[in-house]
Formats: sequence, C-alpha cells, structure tokens
Amino acid sequence: MAARSGKISKDLVFEKASAFFASVVLFLAVLLFAVLLRESLPALRKFGASFLVTGTWDPVLEHFGVLPFLFGTLVSSTLALLIAVPLSVGAAIFINEFAPPWLKAPVSLLAELLAAIPSVIYGLWGIFVLVPILRDVFMKPLAKYLGWIPLFKGPVYGPSMLAAGVLLAIMIIPFILSVSREVLATVPQRQKEAVLSLGGTRWEMIRIVIGQHCIPGIFGATILGLGRALGETMAVTMVIGNRPEIFASLFQQGYSMAAVIANEFAEAGGLQLSSLVLIGLLLMLLTLFVNFAAKGMLSKMVARASRGI
Amino acid sequence: MANVFEIHDLSSWFGENQVLKKIRMDIARYSVTSVMGPSGCGKSTFIRCLNRMHDMTPGFRMSGEILLDGTNILSEKVDPVNLRRRVGMVFQQPNPFPRMSVFENVAVGLKLNGKTLSRGDIAERVERSLVMAALWNEVKDHLAQPGISLSGGQQQRLCIARALAVEPEVLLMDEPCSALDPASTAKIEELIEDLSEKYTIAVVTHNMQQAARISDQVAFFLMGELIEMDKSGKIFTNPSDKRTEQYITGRFG
Amino acid sequence: MTGAITFRRKAADRVMKWVFYLCAFLVVLPLFLIFFDLVIKGAKELRWSLLVDLPHPVGEPGGGIANGILGTVVITLLTMTWSVPVAVMSGIYLAEYGRGTFASAVRFAVDTLTGVPSIIMGIFAYMLLVLPMKRFSAWAGAAALSMIFIPVVVRTTEDMLRTVPTTVREAALALGIARWKATLRITVRTAWPGILTGILLAMSRIIGETAPLLFTALGNQFWQSHLDQPMAAVPLQVFTYAISPYEDWHDKAWAGALVLITMVLLVNIAARVLTREKR
Repeated sequence: MAARSGKISKDLVFEKASAFFASVVLFLAVLLFAVLLRESLPALRKFGASFLVTGTWDPVLEHFGVLPFLFGTLVSSTLALLIAVPLSVGAAIFINEFAPPWLKAPVSLLAELLAAIPSVIYGLWGIFVLVPILRDVFMKPLAKYLGWIPLFKGPVYGPSMLAAGVLLAIMIIPFILSVSREVLATVPQRQKEAVLSLGGTRWEMIRIVIGQHCIPGIFGATILGLGRALGETMAVTMVIGNRPEIFASLFQQGYSMAAVIANEFAEAGGLQLSSLVLIGLLLMLLTLFVNFAAKGMLSKMVARASRGI
Repeated sequence: MANVFEIHDLSSWFGENQVLKKIRMDIARYSVTSVMGPSGCGKSTFIRCLNRMHDMTPGFRMSGEILLDGTNILSEKVDPVNLRRRVGMVFQQPNPFPRMSVFENVAVGLKLNGKTLSRGDIAERVERSLVMAALWNEVKDHLAQPGISLSGGQQQRLCIARALAVEPEVLLMDEPCSALDPASTAKIEELIEDLSEKYTIAVVTHNMQQAARISDQVAFFLMGELIEMDKSGKIFTNPSDKRTEQYITGRFG
Repeated sequence: MTGAITFRRKAADRVMKWVFYLCAFLVVLPLFLIFFDLVIKGAKELRWSLLVDLPHPVGEPGGGIANGILGTVVITLLTMTWSVPVAVMSGIYLAEYGRGTFASAVRFAVDTLTGVPSIIMGIFAYMLLVLPMKRFSAWAGAAALSMIFIPVVVRTTEDMLRTVPTTVREAALALGIARWKATLRITVRTAWPGILTGILLAMSRIIGETAPLLFTALGNQFWQSHLDQPMAAVPLQVFTYAISPYEDWHDKAWAGALVLITMVLLVNIAARVLTREKR
C-alpha cells in the first residue's frame, strides 16, 4: 500500500477548487451589493431620505425622487395580484379537484409555458393586442359612464397603470398557480373526506379546507407573485406609459422603478445615473424583502403540513 | 502470513458515543468470518472500519490498530483509496450504479482506478468477475441493459462482481442477504463458499443459521464488545460465554 | 351540515364549480391569444431573408434580424461557457462538501441572487464592464446574463445531487475510487439528467432576457464579430421595433418575437423531454 500518494492531495485540490467556485458566487453577490451601494452614494448624499418622498424627476435641474416610480411599481403590482390571485387559486382548485385526469397535464403544461414566454413578447403583445382591447372595450365605456369616480377618470390613452396591471397579472399567474397547487396538495385526503362524509357539498369541502389549511400558503404564493411583479421590467415599460407623475386614475399613464432604469440608464450620467442606481438598489431591497417573507411563510406552511396539522 | 487482519484494541466513537470497545480479533487468510449480534451491537460499524468507510463520517474516531499484512491501516500514511482496492465491500441494499449498464457497473471500478487497461482486458475482467459472481449465464446477453433492471438477487450478485473486478484480497459483506428472498439468499451463500477459496471474507449477519452455514469462524458482538470468537461449530454448540449462549438460544436480540 | 342538501347549497355548489372552470379557462386563454397573434402577425414577415439578412432602414422593405439571431446565440454561449462550470462546481461543493458557515453563506447568496430583478444585473454589468471599458459590449451582456444563470443552476445542481442516494457514493468509494473521481464520474453522472434539465431551463430563460442587455450588449445594426463591441440580440430587436412608430417595423417585431419564442421553446421543450426520459 503506497504511502499518502497523489490521490489524497487530488481530493483536496478538487474540494478546494469547488469551494473556490462557490466563493466566486458568494463574491459576486457581495460585489453586487457593494457596487450598487457605491454608485448610489452620490444620490443618497444629495437627497437622503427625501429621495423616497420626492415626486419630481427633473434631469435638467438635477432634482430626483423615487416617489412616482415607487407608486407605479406598487400600484401595478397590487393590481396584478388582485387579478392573478383569485384566477390562479380558482384554476388551481379546478386542476386539483375538478379536472378529469386527462386534462390535468395539458392545463398545467400550458400554464408552465406561459412562464417560459420572454417578457419582451408579453410587452409586444401588450402594446398591440391587450392595450387596444382594454382601451376600447373596457376603459372608454367605463371612463364615459363612471368617469366621476377618480379611479376611472379619463382621458383614456391606452398605455396605463391598468394595462400594466393586467399584463403583469397574466405574467405572474403561472407562479402563483403552481405554488397554489402545491399548497392545495398538502391538504390531507382524510380531511377532505371528512367534510364530504358529513354530507358537505364539494364547494363546502373546498371552502372549509381552504379556510382552515391553505390561507397562509396562498398568502405566501401571493407574496411570491408580488416579488415577481415588482422587478418585472420589459412588459411594464412597454405598456405603462412612462410618465413620471402620480394619478389617482388607473386609466392614466404611470411609470415604474424598473421601467425608468430601462429607459434612461443608457444615456444617463452624473447625478441622474446615481439616482437610477439608487432606484435599482431600493427595488432590489424591496424584492428581496418580499421574497424572503414569502419563503418564510411557505416553509412554515410546509412544516405544518409535514406535522399533519 | 496466516492472518490477513490482526486487530488490536480497536475502539471507535461517533462523537461522544463509544460504539466499539477494545476489539481484538484475527482473521485468517481464505477464511469466512461471520460477525453477528443484535442490532446496534456495532457489527456493521466494525467491518466498515476494516476499509475505512467511516472516513467521510463527521465526528467519527478510531483508536487502536488494524494490521493488514502487518501494516496499520489506521495510520495517516495509508491512503484509504488504495486500501479499499485491496478490501472490497458489498452492502446491505443492492446498490448498482443507476444510469450504468450491467457491463459498465462491473467495469467502472477498473476504469476509474487509474490503471490503463485495454478494452479487451476490461471485457475479459468483466466476464471473469461476472462468472465468479455466478451471474454471467443470466446476464451475458443483457450486458447493455441498465444494472438496476435486474432482480434484487441479481443486483446483489452484480455488486459482488463489481467488487471482485478490482481484484481485492478481502471482501467485506454488510448483511448482503437481508434485502433478498430465500432463493437469492441461497445463491449468495453458495457464492460465498466458492469465493472463499480465493478471497478472505467477512460477513455481517444477524441470521444465525446463515452464520452457521457459511462461516469458518464466528464473532459475537454485544454492545460494542467482542464477546466471543470461535470456530462456528464450537460457538453454536458449546459457547464459552453465557451471553453468547443466551443470544443463540434466543433469549435476546 | 345536517339533513338533506338544500336547494341553495346545491346551487352554490354548481355555481362555484363553473367559477373554477372559468378561472382555468381565463388562465390558459392568454396563452392561446398570444400564440395565435404571434403566428398570425409573425408569419407576415417570416421570410427566408428575415433569418439571413441584416436589418434594413425604416421604409426599405425586406431586411432581417440575422445579426440578432447570431448575437443571441453568441451571447448565450458566451454566458454559458463560464457560467456552467462555475455553477455546477458550486452546486457540487454545496451538495458534497458544503457544511458550516461558509456553505450557508453561499446558499444565502444564491437565494438572494435568484430573487434579484434581472434589470439590476444589467446595472451591475454596466458598472463593472461598460464604464471601465468605455463601451457597450457582448462581454457585458454575457456578464449580466451570468448573474441570472448562475444562481438558478447552482440551486438545481445541489438539489439534483442530493437526490443521489448515499449508497451510491459509498459503493463508489468502496471500489477504491478516489473521492473526486467518484463524485465527478459517478455521483454527478447519476444526477446528470436533472442537472442538464436545469441548465437548459436556465438557458431558455436567458435567451429571452431583454432588460439586462439594454445597457450592456446594447444592440447593433450590423454584423459584429468582436466581443468587446456592442452586439445585436433578438430580444433587443423585438423591443426596438415594437416601440418604434413605424408600421413595417411593428411587423418585424412580431416576426422577431416568433423567432425568439421558437428558440426559447425549443430549448425549454428539450429540457422537459430530458426529464421525462430520466423517469
């Protein structure tokens, strides 16, 4: 038996090499934060906390604030959730509880394909198909008859907060759907049978089971969808109207944090560039916060399910 | 040298937990040694010390000496990789490599052992190993089939062939039949007898009949201690230790 | 819930059933609409020249997106040549050696990076490469895409390696195979279909990514063989054409989108077919 030959040291080399690559990944993450922080410092120094509440975006006077973009990001994402969550949960219930077996695979495959479509294609479709439909079928009549409600006030252009919200909803549905299906699948069969055996209808079974079991999980799925929606760039940029102002009406144009970066970054310099990076940093922190909150909620849900509660 | 292994005062710990206590044992060349005892007695831990399979387990320590042909294999200087080429192992669950054919399963040890063998040599060694493992006739027309498509008993013989292909001197078997049906078990036992002409074999088992059938000598473990080791004829008819007798007569375990 | 089912409860049950059917319908409807529009509107400009010609100026008929197709292929391959080894090796580290604080830190970094919006990766690559080099480049585009690709593949690699039973690793070591060889040639090989699926899914994602390329690869009207120069990419072309005010460019945007979705889905479906074969 040879004494400590080349083999052991090769093992060590391999382990260290793989650890080196892992440290590259760690380094990249740290570097990402460091770079964003460093580049946003000028804007942070100049505006401080007022950046959060300033509604102006004026490259000429070099006066910048994130408020209209933050508003647009939050409103369009919230709108998206309001549309996507009920639809996704309903579709998840359909697939898990009602769909005949032969239909389950195709429907979930189709939903997964939705997730694979690049966001620029959603944007393209949004500009030329969704926005005209929304404008003519939905926004114009509503503005005409319900225009006295601030939410539906005209004039109607087409590109709008509403269009961004609807398009985002379509984009995040696949994610909320697949998480909702997993959440529904954690319900023990015996619980469902218990309700049915007591003479409950199927709807009552679903209502009770979801009420008792799935609310936290569905909430987690919702927050996860929110994480997706907040950072979505291309599709929103293409349909939101890109106007850095705050309107109460959903039919008015808006702007989002990601969209302003997409539109202005390549040509910006100086304080404007720094302000854009600061918006990026804020967007990233917001998204990360939301993602980790969602993960926490879902893992709690899974832990509960594994204990059979 | 008549003894392949000479073990002096082998103790081992998982963290704070001592699982082997000062084991002394000699294993003769070309013999079959059965290691038996109730679950948790340390018998599996013991034979896994003989090819240092515990090296990867965090918190595992050993003290004492295991001499293989006079060299202490617990020494830092000994490369466990070379050791394991001399001391092969067959596991409790048949574990052929998934995604490898019957042929590749047997050939992989040869290929990855750093020796350069020609294709013809490898094919020949694979055939020889499968013949020795009494599997050749059943698989010679299905060598390209995935190893995991064989039956459980065949899979275990495939694992034996895989271990034999790297030409070890010792074969350790950790309850090789516990996952198999009686017919497959009988085949493996027969195989162990045949192999003992060329190999030194140590088998962990909790099946006393099996130990009696296949082994030259039997070691009885209890709570991490080697209670008694003797010729298998002696230990089952006239054990020296009361605890061995109790175990054999089914008082505990 | 006693007694016979009342009419109201029965009606509610029936209505809700149809509500669920409607939800499922509304969920898959956009997919059909999008594909329908892509095919109808994309087919209009889908000629051979689209695939082999350079873009023509506005108003000039014909022209294609050939430089974009090549650019997308180049940037994607560039991204993968260095990201695949980094990601797979990191995944191997986490699954095979990863204990302790360092490994937890890496896992946390991977989780974090996965959630970062893709446009931020564009900012990152811009600051790191575009500013110092003083020009937009394919390198910068690939760097931005790597930041999206790597964390996804690290995660799948680790997860897939964890599905390999310990007995497989033990069997390999017991044959006297060195650990690094056993890891690469046996453990990784066992998990390979799953890892490959993860790589292909991540690839299909970066093929369609637009935002990180906006101010890194930037786009280009012409052929570009130098990686340190701005390079065209199909998603960028789709974007540029879509937001332009010209009717004939809109048609090209649709045709480009059809080409893009074909590329994305080919890779995506290849990934799925592989998973199926594994089982």
